[in-house]
Amino acid sequence: MELDMDASSLSNGMGVENELHVLAVDDSLIDRRLVEKLLKNSSFKVTTAENGLRALEFLGLGEDQKNNLKTTGSKVNLIITDYCMPGMTGYDLLKKIKESNALKEVPVVIVSSENIPTRINKCLEEGAQQFMLKPLKQSDVKKLRCQLMT
Amino acid sequence: MEMCQMRVQVFEYKQSLFREGTLDAQFTQLQQLQDESNPDFVAEVVSLFFEDSEKILNDLTRALEQKCIDFKKIDAHVHQLKGSSSSVGAQKVKNACITFRNCGEEQNIEGCFTCLQLVKQEYLLVKTKLETLLRMEQQILAAGGAIPMIE
Repeated sequence: MELDMDASSLSNGMGVENELHVLAVDDSLIDRRLVEKLLKNSSFKVTTAENGLRALEFLGLGEDQKNNLKTTGSKVNLIITDYCMPGMTGYDLLKKIKESNALKEVPVVIVSSENIPTRINKCLEEGAQQFMLKPLKQSDVKKLRCQLMT
Repeated sequence: MEMCQMRVQVFEYKQSLFREGTLDAQFTQLQQLQDESNPDFVAEVVSLFFEDSEKILNDLTRALEQKCIDFKKIDAHVHQLKGSSSSVGAQKVKNACITFRNCGEEQNIEGCFTCLQLVKQEYLLVKTKLETLLRMEQQILAAGGAIPMIE
């Protein structure tokens, strides 16, 4: 019951500041810097993570957090993750998020520098909201914001 | 030098970099992200690119010197460099990386050596040109002017 309440407040809530909060995951420092600026320019609140494990920890799904029902991760309205990352890929991260009752309603956008149809379909089938090509442009981010607001 | 002259000089230099394919539209995106809240954004990202690239190029050189070449590692390094060069708009470096990746996939050792030289060359060229461009733009800003943009 507790988890369900958290899930609905995560997907509908806009947080105390009325800001949309995005978690951006990418192993490249340059790309984290870029996506952060793009998102901030569209008035998002941004948290970045350099890999899937750190992202899961932030979301409250870390290894040592899983068994603690009282743990709630930070609330985010959107997760943007790079596909190609060493260790846990963006796809792996997407799966873990969709497997979680607390987080499965949070939209996940996968970004990649490579336009590979099988990769795109795989991600969409697993529940990704969208697949976008890198490098992201300001217009891409504006569109995302519009989609989240509706 | 007069502000007008400085701006024309920068505009023409930037235009030449785009025309010869050294920089692409992504660089313009980068410049458009710079604002009063982040006045050094471009310099910061470009500097990250330089650091990242130099490390990767060293790693690639070492990887190709090994008795037993690990093509998976090489692919990972080149993929990373392709990504960062693409993110800053360093088009020629990005293209050289694409060629390099093809050689790696074919496990063509000689091809890889040639590609590494080419990537290094293109990197050094873009580094010099970006440093020059940013220096010229900084002079304009310091004198109170605005950086001319290429649309």
